[in-house]
Amino acid sequence: MTKDSPQYWRSLEELAQTEEFRAFVEDEFPNRTPDWNDPTSRRRFLTLMGASIALAGASACTVQPKEMIVPYVRQPEEFIPGRPLFYATSVSTAGIATGLLVESHEGRPTKIEGNPLHPSSLGATDATMQASVLTLYDPDRSQTVTRNGNISGWGSFITALTEARDAAGLKQGAGFRLLTGTVTSPTLAAQIQDFLAGFPAAKWHRYEPCGRHSVRAGAVAAFGQPFNTIYRFDRAAVIVSLDADFLGPSMPGNLRYVRDYSDRRRAAAENATSPPPRLYVAEGTPSITGGMAEHKFRMRTSEVEAFAASLAQELQSPSSESSPDVRALAQDLSAHRGAAIVVAGDHQPSNVHVIAHAINQMLGNTGKTVVYTDPVEAGPIDEVASLTELVNDMRSGEVETLLMLGGNPVYDAPADLNFLQELKKVKTRAHLGLYSNETAAWCHWHIPEAHYLEAWSDARAYDGSASIVQPLIAPLYGGKTPHELMNALTNQADRSSHDTVRDFWRTQHPAQDFDEFWQISLHDGLIAGTTFIEKIPPAVRPAALSVARVTGLEIVFRPDPSVGDGSLSNNAWLQEMPKPQNKMTWDNAVWISPTSAQKYGVTTGDVIEIAFEGRKVDGPVWILPGHADESLTVHFGYGRTRAGKVANAIGFSAYALRTTAAIWHGSGAAFTRKSSGYPFATTQHTQTMEERDPFRAATFDEYHQNPEFANPEDKHVSPETTLFPMWGYEAHKWGMSIDLTACIGCQACTIACQSENNIPVVGKAEVAKGRHMNWLRVDRYYEGSLDDPQVSYQPVPCMHCENALCELVCPVAATVHSAEGLNEMVYNRCVGTRYCSNNCPYKVRRFNFFLYADWDTQSLFGARNPDVSVRSRGVMEKCSYCVQRINTAKIESEKQDRPLADGEIVTACQQVCPAQAIVFGDLNDPNSRVSKLKRQQRNYGLLEELNSRPRTTYLARLRNPNPELEKG
Amino acid sequence: MKPEDQESTNVATLDPGPDKIIGPGHDYGTVTDEISGVVLRPFLKTPPQMFIGFAIAFILVNLLMVAVTWLFVRGVGVWGITMPVAWGFAIVNFVWWIGIGHAGTLISAILLLLKQDWRTSINRFAEAMTLFAVACAGMFPVLHLGRPWLAYWLLPYPNTMWLWPQPRSPLIWDVFAVSTYATVSIIFWFTGLIPDLATMRDKAGNATTRKIFGVLALGWRGSAKHWARYQKAYLLLAGLSTPLVISVHSVVSFDFAVAILPGWHTTIFPPYFVAGAIYSGFAMVLTLAIPVRRWYHLEDLITMRHIECMSKVMLGTGLIVAYGYAMEAFMAWYSGGQFERYAFVNRMWEGGYWWTYWILILCNIAIPQLLWSRRVRMSIPAVFVIALIVNVGMWLERFVIVVTSLTRDFVPSSWGTYYPTIWDWSTYLGTIGVFLCLMFLFIRGLPAISIFEMREVVHHNAESEHAHRD
Amino acid sequence: MLTATKNPGQHPRVYGLMAEFDAPEPLLEAARRAREEGYRNMDAYTPMPIEGLAEAIGFQTNWVQRLVFVAGVLGGTGGFMLCWWMSVVAYPHIVAGRPLNSWPAYVPTTFESMVLVACLTAVIGMLALNGLPQHYHPVFNVPQFARASRDRFFLCIESTDPKFSFEETRAFLEQLQPRGVMEVEP
Repeated sequence: MTKDSPQYWRSLEELAQTEEFRAFVEDEFPNRTPDWNDPTSRRRFLTLMGASIALAGASACTVQPKEMIVPYVRQPEEFIPGRPLFYATSVSTAGIATGLLVESHEGRPTKIEGNPLHPSSLGATDATMQASVLTLYDPDRSQTVTRNGNISGWGSFITALTEARDAAGLKQGAGFRLLTGTVTSPTLAAQIQDFLAGFPAAKWHRYEPCGRHSVRAGAVAAFGQPFNTIYRFDRAAVIVSLDADFLGPSMPGNLRYVRDYSDRRRAAAENATSPPPRLYVAEGTPSITGGMAEHKFRMRTSEVEAFAASLAQELQSPSSESSPDVRALAQDLSAHRGAAIVVAGDHQPSNVHVIAHAINQMLGNTGKTVVYTDPVEAGPIDEVASLTELVNDMRSGEVETLLMLGGNPVYDAPADLNFLQELKKVKTRAHLGLYSNETAAWCHWHIPEAHYLEAWSDARAYDGSASIVQPLIAPLYGGKTPHELMNALTNQADRSSHDTVRDFWRTQHPAQDFDEFWQISLHDGLIAGTTFIEKIPPAVRPAALSVARVTGLEIVFRPDPSVGDGSLSNNAWLQEMPKPQNKMTWDNAVWISPTSAQKYGVTTGDVIEIAFEGRKVDGPVWILPGHADESLTVHFGYGRTRAGKVANAIGFSAYALRTTAAIWHGSGAAFTRKSSGYPFATTQHTQTMEERDPFRAATFDEYHQNPEFANPEDKHVSPETTLFPMWGYEAHKWGMSIDLTACIGCQACTIACQSENNIPVVGKAEVAKGRHMNWLRVDRYYEGSLDDPQVSYQPVPCMHCENALCELVCPVAATVHSAEGLNEMVYNRCVGTRYCSNNCPYKVRRFNFFLYADWDTQSLFGARNPDVSVRSRGVMEKCSYCVQRINTAKIESEKQDRPLADGEIVTACQQVCPAQAIVFGDLNDPNSRVSKLKRQQRNYGLLEELNSRPRTTYLARLRNPNPELEKG
Repeated sequence: MKPEDQESTNVATLDPGPDKIIGPGHDYGTVTDEISGVVLRPFLKTPPQMFIGFAIAFILVNLLMVAVTWLFVRGVGVWGITMPVAWGFAIVNFVWWIGIGHAGTLISAILLLLKQDWRTSINRFAEAMTLFAVACAGMFPVLHLGRPWLAYWLLPYPNTMWLWPQPRSPLIWDVFAVSTYATVSIIFWFTGLIPDLATMRDKAGNATTRKIFGVLALGWRGSAKHWARYQKAYLLLAGLSTPLVISVHSVVSFDFAVAILPGWHTTIFPPYFVAGAIYSGFAMVLTLAIPVRRWYHLEDLITMRHIECMSKVMLGTGLIVAYGYAMEAFMAWYSGGQFERYAFVNRMWEGGYWWTYWILILCNIAIPQLLWSRRVRMSIPAVFVIALIVNVGMWLERFVIVVTSLTRDFVPSSWGTYYPTIWDWSTYLGTIGVFLCLMFLFIRGLPAISIFEMREVVHHNAESEHAHRD
Repeated sequence: MLTATKNPGQHPRVYGLMAEFDAPEPLLEAARRAREEGYRNMDAYTPMPIEGLAEAIGFQTNWVQRLVFVAGVLGGTGGFMLCWWMSVVAYPHIVAGRPLNSWPAYVPTTFESMVLVACLTAVIGMLALNGLPQHYHPVFNVPQFARASRDRFFLCIESTDPKFSFEETRAFLEQLQPRGVMEVEP
């Protein structure tokens, strides 16, 4: 066993030698410390005991890594009980890094936050990152090295691996293959490179199921080299998205893009002088970006290319026969040369990218709104080709040893490759992964991988800036990192990944002050001076347009809005996260437009058999307004067989239809209706506003003409309208403002809230009954035509009404107002009459109909926030404005004897929001951000006419449509 | 004294028709013997229908036991309730039972004050029904709690945490109203029983029976002074119960009227809930009285006069209820409030439960209009069926108010639906079983008709005949 | 219990003498006559309340209603004070923006407690004043008395009456044409 893995222990004494516990017992008189007397720290003592002794059985959860890791906030001299520490690290999605700050309680990572210093985060995160902390504690993670399915050891694996390598070594490494995802980690890349240097005939294959295949191809086609494109939405007045979901989680840098884009919108809303951006989207499958569009051109995904071409054509030589849309678009673009962006979708073929590059160059956006750099990933390569090559070699028997660093090709490789069938021909197959998944099942060896919160590594962000991945906790299950495997391959099996990463950067930064440099890099979570410099690309080579007219039913493949490519399928938070487009949970579905559904005689809930390229898959239909006609969208990430208890056997696998030719979409699909009445579990049943106006919107012009549009006479209630004097709330008066102009409806707030407040998961059956527990829901409303409706998103937390209707009817005073105007829920006092929920006009209260919280699964306890009580059966719960954060901040300020500063208290939903749509603060302070926002004229309260005096109010949505198109 | 019991009971038990409240040829003795005979007759002489009825009821009671056990083991989630419909069958049944529980006190109190002598032979019966209905109703507020074992937290009692209930909540009003109503109904009922228990004591055949009734009779000996105080107390009870019975269902209606939910937030609720309560109460009295009078041959004590009077009360209260519905709908329209209006659109045709509304209108308004015709009022089967229909209708009324209103409130995004589960039904049927069981036991074990008041009736008749003669 | 008779030892000690009647009217008449005769300690026993009988045997003030009134007032006040005290003194909280003493909300509770206390007092008071429950009473020693709860009406002149004399009282009762006159064993 190596040093990292948990020590075996002979006695409880020896076992309990965790730092905190030792510190605790060495303290001579524990009772004299005041914090010992308050219940929280007494609970902590138990936590420590539990952690040190009980959990050590589950291999010492609370043992921190022994290498020095540097907290983000100033490191306390000694361990301070009950105070969380924040560490900077970063998470990679499809290889691309995003900087994080992770909150750690007594050595347990409990909450993910964005790293404000990191360019691709600026403090924001998305739902997937929020949920990743749950994956860390997932009891279904693979826990031991297995050989042919039997428990084995790291040591014997090393031996086997070395043998295989040496065997290959005789032939320059021929027959030895490495398969990874997209790699941006400089360290790993270097390791692989010097391994390949030693074994020139060995090959390194790369495959990322939802990678940026066509982006890369497009860049190569356009410029001859795989430039990386970065967009500057903060500088863009006109944005044309060619099926690019740059606000959605699938595109690298999206968090930054959302921030830049919404900053501009908010600025425009706040002062009339700054012009609002205008967003045009051409897409087939409704995306988050499509929801924000001023003008959405609904077309089949395969028609986007033609659309792009005609746009380019129109820009070069305006002609009268091109469609009015294209003409208006072209005019708008050429009116904003240098301040426009044409962004091609990751899922569009390379031609579209070439055209986009061409247009951007033509309009002189290059270098202004569109910036090019060197590729982020190490050794860019056509990954689909790379995988195909591997499979072919496996078929021909050339591959003797296949080492897979992560990934799950058996599940997610294109179906036409028959990956599994060929894999079986490989003599030695080893797989490193978080889960013993479909691929691991067919490998001789499986090695548990260390979760990124357990691992040392590094990775590059969308703009090339590198950041260190530092662990917050020692591997729970003795997981290994790819670095350690590569070390093993290069005969340094006992070299830790920490040393590997550190030494690599020492070579990059050979100065004397390396230690300081290292310190700072860890502390900031960002390695200074690694951001790529801009490149001026050569002129775009014109694309060879595929004139082939697409015919027949189109099928579109997309990563799932919640669980992505499937690597996160076993995460219950993500499974239960309502998908932004249709508020569906726990399933994937075949999306189809209303018109097509009518044409083909199917309806939501019908199970159809899709046939594509001779392969068949059964999936339930979901009629999605706004979807392109004659087109089906299927999502990856479901139909797992060895994902874990959560994700096994739910949904269907879209990978089974995907081919190397139709990697993102293809035409010629067909389907037959098999049965009906498939039970979906959605959190929202009514799709429209039913002539009501919970969501209020106008164009910027209308707003400037009639600033009071959001507060019509009949809705507005003056402060004087009251029978009795209102309460004062002298000290503080907490309030929240939600900017609907900024909100993109991405659901990150929902999951952040779930993570912060220990909100339980209830499962599909309960969601179907309407018993989902999310404290903060995001409502989605359709307006306009059924085929192409305007989509509106509205986050709804508790309104903390001053005249709280819920309080009036509670017989036991289990929900009352605090002196600061918080509508508080007293769980211990609640008897569960549910009257409060009946009387809540916003229906934001959630009830524990059963014992939803998991009181049994030990490993999940680690993910819980110790500052928030875990609710029991029969108790009502709801948004608390993150009262635990409010109190922490208040205590801090009292200790330092200073008033609370505005922005010191940040609710979980506010902190996570990439659009900064949510602002929380003190309404008694006229200069607080929230007070300023609430003074805006577009500020309105939901159902204000009930005189409930909500503390949470909304800033009406403002749109900036093109008058040309408005006319038509 | 035993001999004359037997012989004197053979007064012809035939219905004297709609103008008489007691059959011909009855004297103090015969009424006493006929009524007490029901209780004192040998066990096996019990009519077979009673055994069958009790058996069925008892099965239902066991169903309740199972349902409640499962409920306590798993939680209220076993029911169909959800968000937004957080109240379902439990509350519907609660209001329904409480409503039924109103007839008894009304008959004994209000009709007593109004000197309606025909009440005499049904009031004891109706009071018992009240008690058992309230008992069934009382179960639900506790069962429906998320944490039923903490139900006592709704009571103001000194506790170490120094926590107190929140007296602005209609649920606290409920606690006071319902518990008061239960207590008062019991003592009212028992007070009425005391002299009859004495009678039973004195007529009881065997020693044990005598002992039991002796204890219950508290040593009543019919002293004139006692009678004087007794009558005063009884009158005061009646006087106090009259506003009480009205207040109770008003308070129950506050559970809804105080809430802001469209479809609940209605000022006309108190009066029309009270009317509805009486309506369903009388329906239930008829539903029970008609078979019992048949099985025990009490046609000469519960006469067509009674049946007809009760039918008339039903018709009257039914019309008040109809007015309530109309007013509710009218105000919704007249208010112009968007949410109010929609609540009714939803109730009548938009929502998934529109049909419940129309069945309710059929049961509570359309069909009972038949009672205008004397022929219908005089036909036992017709009245019985109509009474049953009204019971169903009143249950549906509560369903429409509670569930349909909750399914669609203010914010469309959170609209939902409600499907009762098998456990909802079991609990409901179970309480019906409890109710019937207690009813059967009461009829068998205690004088179901107030004997001493019947003697008074005989006395008055005699006096009036005197008056006629001279 | 010793009963003071005029000439003790001459006659067996009795609780009193009891006359049995068929109908209420003769009893009423008898009671009036007895009172005119000057008898005070007597009681009438009937299977149902008879109008005027109580007055006839000299029953004046009925305390029940007075008790009930007081109880009602106390109950009502108590109910309101409870609500006020709970929400203003013992457990003050900001609820729905209402003032602590939102008295209109306390009215139902006030009313219900009033009714509850009043009703309990009415019944308990009545029983107490009647001296019930009572496990023994001499009148039950008379076999015929069992029908006092069915169809017979009794007048009992007690031996504690100053004017009581076995023979005279008996004679007096005889002349009222009762079904019979019985001695009541003490």
